[in-house]
Order: sequence, then structure tokens, then C-alpha cells
Amino acid sequence: MNKMLDDDQIFNISPGRHVDLDHHCQNGGYSALAKALAQGPETSLKEISDAGLRGRGGAAFPTAEKIKMLRANTEKLRYIICNADEGEPGTFKDRFIMTHIPFQLLEGITIAAFMAGASEGYIYVRHEYPEAQKILRESIEEAERRGFLGENILGSGFSLSLKLFSGAGSYLCGEETALISSIEGKKGRPRLKPPYPTQAGLWQKPTLINNVETLANIPKIIEKSASWYRSFGTPDSPGTKLISLSGDVQNRGLFEVPFGMTFAEIISEYGGGAKTGKAIKAVNIGGASGVLIPPEMLFTPLEYLACSKTGITIGSGAIFVLDDTRSILSNVQNRLRFFLHESCGKCTPCREGLRQANLILDRLLAGEAVRQDVSTLERYTRAIQEASFCGLGQAAGNSLRSSLAYYRDEYLASCRDNKPSFIEEETA
Amino acid sequence: MQNINITLNGKVTAVAPEITILEAARQQGIDLPTLCHHPDQRVKANCRICVVEVEGVKNLVPSCSTRVTAGMNITTNSPRVRETVRTILELIFADHPQECLTCIRNGNCELRQIAAKFGVRDIQGEKRKHSFSQDFSTPSLVRNPDKCIKCGRCAEACHYIQNVGILYSHNRSTEISISPEYGKQLADVACVLCGQCALVCPVGAIHERDDTDRVWEALADPQKHVVVQVAPAVRVSLAEEFGFPSGEIATGKLVSALRSLGFDRVFDTDFSADLTIIEEGHELLDRIANGGVLPMITSCSPGWIKYMEHYYPELIPHLSTCKSPQQMFGALAKTYYAQTSGLEAKDIIVVSVMPCTAKKFEAERPEMDASGSQDVDIVLTTRELGRMLQHEGIDFRMLPEAEFDSPLGISTGAAAIFGATGGVMEAALRTVYEVVTGKTLTDLNFTTVRGMTGVKEASVDLAGMEVKAGIAHGLANAKKILEMIKAGQSDYTFIEIMCCPGGCIGGGGQPYGTTNEIRARRIEALYQVDENMPLRKSHENPAVQELYQDFLLEPLGELSHRLLHTQYCSRS
Repeated sequence: MNKMLDDDQIFNISPGRHVDLDHHCQNGGYSALAKALAQGPETSLKEISDAGLRGRGGAAFPTAEKIKMLRANTEKLRYIICNADEGEPGTFKDRFIMTHIPFQLLEGITIAAFMAGASEGYIYVRHEYPEAQKILRESIEEAERRGFLGENILGSGFSLSLKLFSGAGSYLCGEETALISSIEGKKGRPRLKPPYPTQAGLWQKPTLINNVETLANIPKIIEKSASWYRSFGTPDSPGTKLISLSGDVQNRGLFEVPFGMTFAEIISEYGGGAKTGKAIKAVNIGGASGVLIPPEMLFTPLEYLACSKTGITIGSGAIFVLDDTRSILSNVQNRLRFFLHESCGKCTPCREGLRQANLILDRLLAGEAVRQDVSTLERYTRAIQEASFCGLGQAAGNSLRSSLAYYRDEYLASCRDNKPSFIEEETA
Repeated sequence: MQNINITLNGKVTAVAPEITILEAARQQGIDLPTLCHHPDQRVKANCRICVVEVEGVKNLVPSCSTRVTAGMNITTNSPRVRETVRTILELIFADHPQECLTCIRNGNCELRQIAAKFGVRDIQGEKRKHSFSQDFSTPSLVRNPDKCIKCGRCAEACHYIQNVGILYSHNRSTEISISPEYGKQLADVACVLCGQCALVCPVGAIHERDDTDRVWEALADPQKHVVVQVAPAVRVSLAEEFGFPSGEIATGKLVSALRSLGFDRVFDTDFSADLTIIEEGHELLDRIANGGVLPMITSCSPGWIKYMEHYYPELIPHLSTCKSPQQMFGALAKTYYAQTSGLEAKDIIVVSVMPCTAKKFEAERPEMDASGSQDVDIVLTTRELGRMLQHEGIDFRMLPEAEFDSPLGISTGAAAIFGATGGVMEAALRTVYEVVTGKTLTDLNFTTVRGMTGVKEASVDLAGMEVKAGIAHGLANAKKILEMIKAGQSDYTFIEIMCCPGGCIGGGGQPYGTTNEIRARRIEALYQVDENMPLRKSHENPAVQELYQDFLLEPLGELSHRLLHTQYCSRS
């Protein structure tokens, strides 16, 4: 059965061109905002709750629950932040939304702010996306001019002042508390939770932080209803997911994929399978912070429940395919170096653990490691995952853990004392 | 609130709600290891060695930052926890120079103590070669960034306890370092040298400049007459260095110990503390009578003085011109004492034992040479004196009680309480009251100025004139009062400020492990010393009376002005 969508349902990827405000309105844009403003926050929130929308930044937290936490807060001044610090290697979905369908995002932010009772907001865009920043700045201005943003939106009495904030190049600022610190002008380092941003976020005020893709889902749900939304995906994971597919496949690119398709299907039907004459050796799911899985596990469906059972992290929705010409070890080290570079250095396991893990991979790749190094690496990986302060460290261990689980032989094969020549050396 | 039940290592226990797992475990007699945690600081959760297992939570959780909830099932002793804690320790060691044998913290390093407990026998990780240079730029503190384990306690003390904020963590990942801005040296930034950073450092990354060798050298020189003065706060903290409980009063043993080391005279800073009260009390009355700058602020705490010079130079006229007791002592030892004992100033070496690192800086201030050369030659902290005694194998427990030498060793209870926050104020009020009213105080205890509250107030009726007093300790609290003065909202006449939390008993040179709880016990001990003294008012000190009679002639007189008063400079 072909589970592929007949047409893009939520994100309008196919035309691949910038949708300006007029086109957005012609396609039903801002009707959701008008509807939300008319029916009130509670009814709108119920729709989001019924739709089962979950955060698309990686943690998959139910969006409606998060908004409810803000609504339960007695503090009047509340913030909304759109997390557009898309730094996960191999992920390029948020950039597409910002550059191609910016008004769908702005509409989503406005509705979310209305539901959460937030009157001020920021879109935190990564420094490396100057084009997205330019388009968003212009779009915010235009939406304000036309009464979709700013004071007294669509005559409803609801106001939202939205500003664009540029990151400064740190991956860690995608972590919500580090992002908040960054906006406050402090070092982009994670804070202790609790308090959660919903309790004490930006400037210690209740703050709703959502990923770009999450927010861009909202107008469609309000416009077309929760039951329409639930016609895609699975009961556990309704709707669709933007998948950034890259690596050793025929077609790389961004695809809107309904939840429930298996990774094998996604790779073959959207990606056209492995490159001619090559076999898939491993697939990285969820970006650099995700796991490396062997082909046998590709029959797991793209679904939060099924994936969590098998230890797969959907994360940002990046899928990177490695064919049999690739070295697992150098792939893992590549990502490890990234994390070591991006670690804030605050906590010991992440800072020191990643440094030592990297040194072991250096030795393995240079053929200088011994088998003991592999078990030490496993032990360090556990400490990094078990004890790091924030998600960066915990996730940095994912590729190590999964590759050590599924490709341990490749690690051992690289060890000096696992080679016949070593045994000769020893006995000589 | 009602207690809640938790399960700790299989045992159901009722604990108070809202406390952390760490607190709950310690209450139950399980001492989880910590490095970045400090009871007087905010929770940082950086080091991660306090992690424990909580049922239903995927990863281990840091016990210092996780609060208990009803029904929580906590395991602190599983193989999983043990392996993780050991691994994290191993990772710290791999990044730490293993120079334990020659480290100044050998014997009281928290990292080493934890390593011993956890039996880390092997470090698989590759050791890192460090390249930071040490910072010897100030007379007070030495920084050795190679040894830093990035726990952040020093920066926390600097930013939040003292509100000075010159120590930061820089860069990220393995490049992270904690230092003054742009990696500058301490002398090149507005550091007040209070040493609160050194006091909370768990390892040897920042510590007092060690001057013990200079003292050994002086003691061994037969040409030199070496006198020592001891600050009030040292007598209630030194014993901690020898395993006594905090708050132990060890005045007599301290005197014996200093004699055993070979000092020619063992004197007491309490003598010049009494003198300070006379001079400062008269200065206050003079300012009140002659329209001088008010409120007048005390000037005995050198970290505080340096703070004013850096951050509030416009308020310097509020500072009393009185030197600190340490410096009054130094100036008198090389003039008055030299004269009366037939010695030449050049042959006298004045050593101080202080609870303070900033005192080292104060002694080296160029204006502190009223006697013709540097008035105080060498300043030791409480910790350094502890090391000297240990070096000599002096068994502190077996030392007999002894008395200070005369005349610079005679003092009153008012001087002893100089070491506690509010003490200078209380001592001054006792004297000023009697000088102004001519009446005898019935109750000597001004209890409102005592205790660990950050900002305190008192009001005294001096023959119809109301004197409102303000007291602050710890620079974050001092700042509050200074901002009030700047905003014209202060109605104080007299203000006492001490740089360190709790006053000198909480100084940066005091024994490691100092917490606010321990500070409170040392304060209690000082008031006990006061209570036990036959004389409790500075103006009743016979040695001070004699000094005025034979030498200084009168408070605020010409000689006082030259020897006992000073001036300050803007460092902004």
C-alpha cells in the first residue's frame, strides 16, 4: 500500500516557492487566526489538544499541555518564543518554512500566543540563516501593516508584539533555557529545570517556546479541524512530519511524510533508495543527536511510540543514509567532534566525557586503540548519557551508544590487539 | 507542611517536602559526594557527581538540584550510580594536574577526599596537558587555573555573595576557564582581594599567597625582633584546623602556639581595636559636632576599602580616616613599642595573623609606612598559621593556656567582637555613649546589631541626640546601603561595613569548609570571649589609656593623625 500523501497537506512544499501574504490569504491563510480570535482561546486550544499535536523540535511534548501550563499561570506578562535555531546537522525543515511559507508560521505564532495569553514574542533564528531572517523581518512588518500582528489584531483587542532575534552561532542555544539566556544577553548556557520556561522563562516570566514546525502546524488544525488532522498519521502520532532526507540516497530533500510510514518506506519511496549498486549500511535518524541504526531496524514506523520502544529518536526528523562505502567510526567521530565543539563546557560528563570519547576514536581510527578502549568508551558513553546537565550531552551519546550496540564488531576490528599481527607481535 | 514518604535505598522514610534528594540523604546519614554544591550558594548542578537513581526516570538525576516528591524511590548505591560517579571522577582527574603531593591543598582538597572515598584506582582517560600560567599578580591571592575543575563556586561567591563579579567562566567546551575578564590577571581588574573565592574553592585553583617562608626566615634571623599580632577572629577559628569543633575559643592555646614558633613578643590586634574605637568614636563625634561628612562608615576591613575605591570613589569622604587595627598596630609597634623597649624600628619585624587575604594587600599599600618603613611586614592567614604549626609538629591539643604580652596585648571585650558583623558598631556605641553622656551603660549588649542578617539597624539616644546606625556584611549587602546613601535615602549617622559574610570570622583566610552555619558559631564564641573579659569597653583599656597619656596625648591629635589615620584613593 502506498502510504505517501497525494499532496502536501500542511506545508506546501511541492511548489517550492515563496508564498507571499496575498497568496497566503488566497489559500485560506489567516482564516484560522480569525476563527481562533472569534471562538476564543479555550475552544482553539481544545482543537489543538484533540489534534494531538506534539512538539516537532525533538522532545515531542504535547503542545496543548504546554499552552495549558501557561494559562494556569497567574502572571499577566507572558512571552512566546519561536525556536528557529535550527542547528541540528542534516536538518533543513525550519529554514524551508521560514523562507517559503513565513506567513503560515507567523499565523501559527499569533494563534499560539492568543491561546497562551502572550503579548510579546521573539523568533529566535540561527545566525547562519540570514535569508530566513530577512524574509521574516519583512514578513513581520507586512503582517503588522495589514493588521495580522501588532496592536489590536484583526480588531479583536488581542495584541502581539513580535520581534526577530538572531542567534550568534551556538548550537546549544537551540536548547530552550540556553536560548532564553541568549535573548537576555547572557551566555548561552542551559539553566536548571524546574522552573520550566512555562513557569519562569524569559526575564523570569512564563514563556511558551515552540519549534517552527510545531507552530506552523497550528493554523491548519484550527482551519480544518482536529479530525481532519487526525486523518493523517497514527493515533499515537497524528499528522505529518517534515523529513530532511540526505546522505547516500537517490533523491535528497525535504518531504512531508505522514506518521506511520516505516523508515524503509520513506527511504525507498521518497528517497528512491540507495545509490545504484550500493547497499545501505546504516541510517542516522534524528540528526547528529540521533541514533545510528542498522537496515533491519528500518522497518520501524515513524511514530513516537514505536520509535521510543526501539530506542530510535525521531528528533528533528533528519534521516541520513550511509551506504556500504562509509566507515561507521569516522561518521561517529564526525558527530562527536561537532558536539565537543558545541558543548558549553558547564558540566563534567559532557565536557570531559566527549573529550575522552573523541581521543579514543582518534586512537581507533589511527589503529592504535586496544580492546580495553572500547569498553572504556562504552563506560564513558553511559556517563555522558546518564549524567549530563542538558539534552546536548544526553543526545551526544546517542550515536556512540547506538553504534557501539549495533556495530561493536567494527570498533573491535579497529583495535590493535584484535589483529593477527598483534598476536604475532606478542608471541614473538 | 506535612512530611512526605520517600524510599531511600529500599527504606521508607518520612522527610520534609520541598527539600532536595541531597538534603534528604544527608539527613538520613548518607553523605552523597558533591563538588560544585555549597550550602550557602545557589544550586549549580555542574559537577554531576551527586547523581542518583530515581525510579521511573530514564537518566540518573543530580541529587543537589532534584527535590523529593511523595513516593519517590531513590537509590544511591546501585552499581549504575557507583560506576557513573567513579567515571565522572575519573574524567575530572584526567583534566586535573596530578600534583597532589606538592599542592597547597594537600590534606584538605575536597576532590582528593572524594577520590579516596570512591576508590578510583585507575584513570583510563588521557591526561590533558595544561598551558595556563599562574597568576601571582596580587599580594593576596594566587590563581592556578590548571587545577580548576570548573565547579563555579568561586564565581558564584564573587557574583552573588560579594556582588563584585570579576570572576567569570569564559569560552566553551574544553576551552572553558574561570578567570577575570579576557583572561586578565587579578591585579588588572577591580578585584577587592577578599578571598571568598579561595575560601570556597574545593581544590588548589585559587588560594592565599603563601608567606610562611618569609616568617620562618624572620624568626631564624637573630638580628630581628619579631613580634606578632593576632586578629580577634583567629582565636575562634584556628582550632578548627586541628579538628576542634567550630566555635572553639582557643585564645590561650593560640598564644602558646605563637610562642612555640619563636616570636619574641605575642601581641593582640585587640589592643589596637580598642584604640580604633577611641579614634573612630572621636572622629564620629567630631563630624557630628563640626558638620563633617555623614554618615561616617567604618574603615577596618581592607576588602571593603578596596571595593569603595573601585566602585564608589565618590563616597570616599564618608569613610572614617582611621586605619584598620592591623595597621594602627604596625605603626605603633615600630614607634611607641620600639621607643619603650629600646629597639630600633628597622630591627623589628611585625607579623600579623589575620582571617583575611585582603590584609596582605593592605599591609603593602604604599601609604602604610607611618613608622618610616612598611608598618606591617608580613601577613599570615589563619590557614597559613595552621600550616606552620603543623609543620613544627606542635600538638595543639596539648598546648597550655598562656597570656598575651604587655602592653600591646592588653584588650577589652569590645575589641574581641570586632571579628563579628556588628561588633565594631557595638564596641563604638559602648564608648561613644559613655563619652557623650558621661553616664555608665547599664546594658552593654546591643543585641540588635548582632547576628547574620545582611543589613541591620540600631538606634541609640545620646543625651537627646539620636544616632541611627546601619550595619552590613558581605559586599552585596554593603552595596544596598551605598545605593541608599547615593539616592539620599539613608538616615544613618554611622555605618559599619564588613567585606565578608559574618564579618572577619567569615574572612577569606579562614579555615576551609566555612559555611554560614559555622560563621554563626564563631560569632557566638566571640560574644562569649567578650562576656568573659573583665573589661568590656574600649575606653577602659588601661594600656590604651597609658598610650594616650605617654605618647599620643589625645585622640585625633597630631601624632594620632600621623600614625593612626590614612587616606584613600579612587581606583575606578
